[in-house]
Amino acid sequence: MPQSMELPDLTITQINQGLKRKEFSAIELCKAYLGRIKEKDREISAFLTVNTEKALSRAKKIDNLISTGKEIPILAGIPCAIKDNILVQDLKCTAGSKILENYIAPEDAAVIKKLKAQDVVILGKTNLDEFAMGSSTENSAFGVTRNPHDLTRVPGGSSGGSAAAVAANECVYALGSDTGGSIRLPASFCGVVGLKPTYGAVSRYGLIAFASSLDQIGPLTKTVQDCKIVFEAISGKDEMDSTSVKIPEIRNSKFEIRNLRIGLPKEYFVKGIDPEVEKAIRKASKKYEEMGAKIEEVSLPHTEYALPAYYIISPSEASANLARYDGIKYGYSQISNLKPQTSDLLGVYLKSREQGFGSEVRRRIMLGTYALSAGYYEAYYKRAQKVRTLVREDFEKVFEKVDALLTPVAPFTAFKIGEKIEDPLSMYLVDVYTVSINLAGLPALSLPCSKAGHLPVGLQIIGKPFEETKILEIGQALEQYESQPHF
Amino acid sequence: MITRKEVQHIAKLARLGITKKEEEKFAKELSSILGYIEKLKEADTSKVEPTSWSVKAENVMRDDEARSKKSEVRRKILELVPETKAGYLKVKSILK
Repeated sequence: MPQSMELPDLTITQINQGLKRKEFSAIELCKAYLGRIKEKDREISAFLTVNTEKALSRAKKIDNLISTGKEIPILAGIPCAIKDNILVQDLKCTAGSKILENYIAPEDAAVIKKLKAQDVVILGKTNLDEFAMGSSTENSAFGVTRNPHDLTRVPGGSSGGSAAAVAANECVYALGSDTGGSIRLPASFCGVVGLKPTYGAVSRYGLIAFASSLDQIGPLTKTVQDCKIVFEAISGKDEMDSTSVKIPEIRNSKFEIRNLRIGLPKEYFVKGIDPEVEKAIRKASKKYEEMGAKIEEVSLPHTEYALPAYYIISPSEASANLARYDGIKYGYSQISNLKPQTSDLLGVYLKSREQGFGSEVRRRIMLGTYALSAGYYEAYYKRAQKVRTLVREDFEKVFEKVDALLTPVAPFTAFKIGEKIEDPLSMYLVDVYTVSINLAGLPALSLPCSKAGHLPVGLQIIGKPFEETKILEIGQALEQYESQPHF
Repeated sequence: MITRKEVQHIAKLARLGITKKEEEKFAKELSSILGYIEKLKEADTSKVEPTSWSVKAENVMRDDEARSKKSEVRRKILELVPETKAGYLKVKSILK
């Protein structure tokens, strides 16, 4: 371990080596992070639940394992945080909603089972926009999370708690979920690495559903190397999620940056983009050019239709998924009220949902129900699905010519708390560069590439389906290039 | 434009209780959002098939038998139910 570094600064690989060489124990490590949370989280509010006792007892188990001289998995003892829409058995899972305020997860999500098999230390659950609907984490029923780079600004959303926790060194890595940009946007605003995997690469079992044809779980980390380690740990086919797949072997996966063809889609550099952000992305593409890659301008002609299609498809799926919160099976219910305001079943539905859901969730349920209702289905939902085909085909065509695409993650850097919350449409427009990727099911990496003033700027690297390894290596090349001196 | 009457109808379909004040608010907000979504009509979709899943979904089969949860998980699930009777979920009356 480098002398100047504190325990909470370390990456997964560094910690794994430190544990094996007995430079520090898993208990010391866990305590250092819990201390860090205690110190920092008062101002950042990244965590909704801190899992102190179970984290410490897990750390103790790992120390015992190490003392017997057994080989430990790469993630063993590494303190992590989990977005609070992913089930961790016996911990509260609120999805940032009052309707699930007292919901205790009866079992583990598939990704948590995989992490626990590696003996990870789960420090706690992180804040999010209610049911992952939002771009700022201001929609949480339990308060707003603040951006560690500037406490007056949002961390992005919806995985804002996870991104802020990683950025503030309150954990080594975190899991988030991404339906329209919810991993990549907060990663960009908080200056950390975030990966939205190919649809189907990671099991969604135990992820509280938002829009099932778009949702994916993915990692938020400090480095691309860490991102790769966590992605490999959580991906793979799971019999409990019939849309999860075995990741196909990619032939000729070995490549060199100097043989790469990288596309810059011209539709992503139009009016509305902060010139500082555009400058940062163009500078990053210049660096790839200096490394020998061939950069060319490409076109994704249906880009402008992606956002309106997304804001029909995702609320439609959400309105169906959220029908399960009915005040009968679990969650907030009028039945549990001391003075029930209703005596019949319909009243239980209406009142429980009225009082349990926050305003953005209610808005999307209304929008989705409208789009699916008789007389409007063809004009909205079906048309949006056809546009989805056009968006997907744009990418297929462009990927015949190039290996990967570089774009900004968002048109601007982190905005002020309160700036957009009163105007739903302006908040939806934040997702303009991220939603196409979910509609097409592609993998995309958000990588900190520069700063505009004191705020991080994220570069988005989009790849072909199941080419996570390739976009991660492309990202890593930039990290390495920047850490070397150039003349 | 979405009218208040339409808002009432959608809320009823969604089983979502809303206040009088919210009827106004939703009418305004949904109109503005749908106004933006009108853009979709500019795209030529006349010869396009709809996409519901981005990856090729395969049919996954299994035997049609109940997969019993561990009694521990069953107990935990039932503990989350607001009202139960003899291991069943209890609901309010539907008929008067």
